[in-house]
Amino acid sequence: MSVLIFVELDNGSVKKTSLEAVAYGAEVAKMTGTTATVLALGKADSASLEQVGGFGASKVLHVSDEKLTHENSLAYADVLAQAVKQENSKIIILAKSGLGDAVAARASAKLKAGIISGVTDLPVINRNFTVKRSIFTGKAFSNVEIKSDIKILVVKKNAIEATESSEKATVETFSPILRDQDFQASVGTIEKASSELSLAEADIIVSGGRGMKSPENWQPLLDLAKALGAATGCSKPVSDLDWRPHHEHIGQTGIKVAPNLYIACGISGAIQHLAGVNGSKYIVVINKDPEAPFFKAADYGIVGDVFDILPKLTKAVEDLK
Amino acid sequence: MKILVCITNVPDTTAKITFTDNNTKLNKAGVQFIIGPYDDYALARAVELKEKLGGSVTVLHVGGADADPQIRKALAIGADDAIRINAEPLDSYFTASQIAHVAGQNNYDLILMGRESIDFNSGVVHGLVGEMLGIPSYSPVMKLEIEGTTATLAREIDGGKETLSATLPLVLGCQEPISEWKIPNMRGIMTARTKPLVVVEPINMEEFTVPENYSLPAPKGACKMIPADQAETLIKLLKTEAKVI
Ligand SMILES: Cc1cc2nc3c(=O)[nH]c(=O)nc-3n(C[C@H](O)[C@H](O)[C@H](O)COP(=O)(O)OP(=O)(O)OC[C@H]3O[C@@H](n4cnc5c(N)ncnc54)[C@H](O)[C@@H]3O)c2cc1C
Repeated sequence: MSVLIFVELDNGSVKKTSLEAVAYGAEVAKMTGTTATVLALGKADSASLEQVGGFGASKVLHVSDEKLTHENSLAYADVLAQAVKQENSKIIILAKSGLGDAVAARASAKLKAGIISGVTDLPVINRNFTVKRSIFTGKAFSNVEIKSDIKILVVKKNAIEATESSEKATVETFSPILRDQDFQASVGTIEKASSELSLAEADIIVSGGRGMKSPENWQPLLDLAKALGAATGCSKPVSDLDWRPHHEHIGQTGIKVAPNLYIACGISGAIQHLAGVNGSKYIVVINKDPEAPFFKAADYGIVGDVFDILPKLTKAVEDLK
Repeated sequence: MKILVCITNVPDTTAKITFTDNNTKLNKAGVQFIIGPYDDYALARAVELKEKLGGSVTVLHVGGADADPQIRKALAIGADDAIRINAEPLDSYFTASQIAHVAGQNNYDLILMGRESIDFNSGVVHGLVGEMLGIPSYSPVMKLEIEGTTATLAREIDGGKETLSATLPLVLGCQEPISEWKIPNMRGIMTARTKPLVVVEPINMEEFTVPENYSLPAPKGACKMIPADQAETLIKLLKTEAKVI
């Protein structure tokens, strides 16, 4: 009957967004009087698996088969459905991401489970089971009742304040059947900027728009990001112009981010860009135009030339250390 | 090459979202509806593939007659015919079941749609449809080439991209830069008027989720302005006031 949480691994370690999902799942388990079990697939670092205990899970089902180390939503969904059956789980939690949604979707169809993606808060459980979700790209919320016997919740970043204890989870080996049909695709190249912090997980993001003028001008922005330990993002025209790689594109048609701090440099704040950042806790806007719409969505603003201001900020951050 | 493109009918990206009827309905007054921007990319690529490889493009929409202008636009962009499943797209599972039911009767080589709809942002319909039809699904796809029965695609992954090849049939959730949005030309608009748009009734099914009500985020407080010549003050405030660095 346990709540089952599917976690994503990065180089064998449980991703930060997935640890939040574990904390969320553990809280739901408490609310429903049961325990939380984690499902982890592929090559994993055992210390990292045990660490999910600190976020409230008592048990980890680990499938160590190397075939599952490479991200494969088809196989992951099938294994998840098998784990749900073994554990007789009624509530399944995943962190929202491209992979999380893909796995949740296929598992939903296998299990005939109601699915809500984009959950922003703990459920309200009384006679009914109701969740709050983000809709219209952060412009609104919806409360939705889930009526199916098995429920799948795909949870957004910051849906819960995750705190960590020193508790450790027990890790059990799980040996599902792996279906050949889920391994038909042949993977070509994988380009991954492994040294970079991923936007989805970053607590701080420094982002640049067309106001940066040219790709050669990115250094001061990268310097500030480095000083802050931040990931870097950009507006759509910037990635359209190939000034920055596409996976940095934030907004309605790009990545939706929810960091603690978003610093926008030379971005006007078009509604489609705002749609991707309105989950941020704090927004800082640096723009030379005092009328730039972004200031209306910001917590702190500086009217001025980015190329003047960025080095000053970097120096101030370094002075803190 | 038989391609199905599923499109959503959603408020324009600049639309101001409000609700009526005690926060139980979207207020559609003054809101312009468009083909979902991601679906628009999928449609554009489908039309290009048809032009290159021959075959047909069918657009499919689950929704009411108010979407017909958007469906006609898709026909004007280059789709050959259209199917509208006459039902409110209640939730992802319901919508996917309707799509899978129609798709299952027609043997499409490719089923394309946007990576997500911009109203509910779920990003799960392609995965659901794939599983319901028992075929692979991939998303978000940013490059797609077809040779024979093999699709070569590039997919965005966390912090990068991956290329893979898979055998048709496939369901793909698309995003830029898979193609560029197409604007219908005069000839397209003229011919779209007479292209077939078939309306079919939905299949009955159990309701898994029920929306109760909607709400808007709390309004943002005033922005604290920091003079440019005291930029370093910002860092102090972020540390001591916001406590985020
Ligand atoms: C359907 C649709 C979807 C879209 N999706 C997205 C999306 O996902 N993400 C997205 O970002 N956009 C999206 N857009 C585009 C969006 O409408 C804007 O065009 C875009 O966000 C503008 O990017 P920008 O702010 O970088 O550029 P601009 O709007 O050109 O703004 C540049 C800003 O830089 C400032 N500036 C210039 N020089 C300096 C300087 N030296 N110092 C300080 N400030 C300076 C200017 O005052 C200006 O405010 C979408 C549009 C459509 C129609």
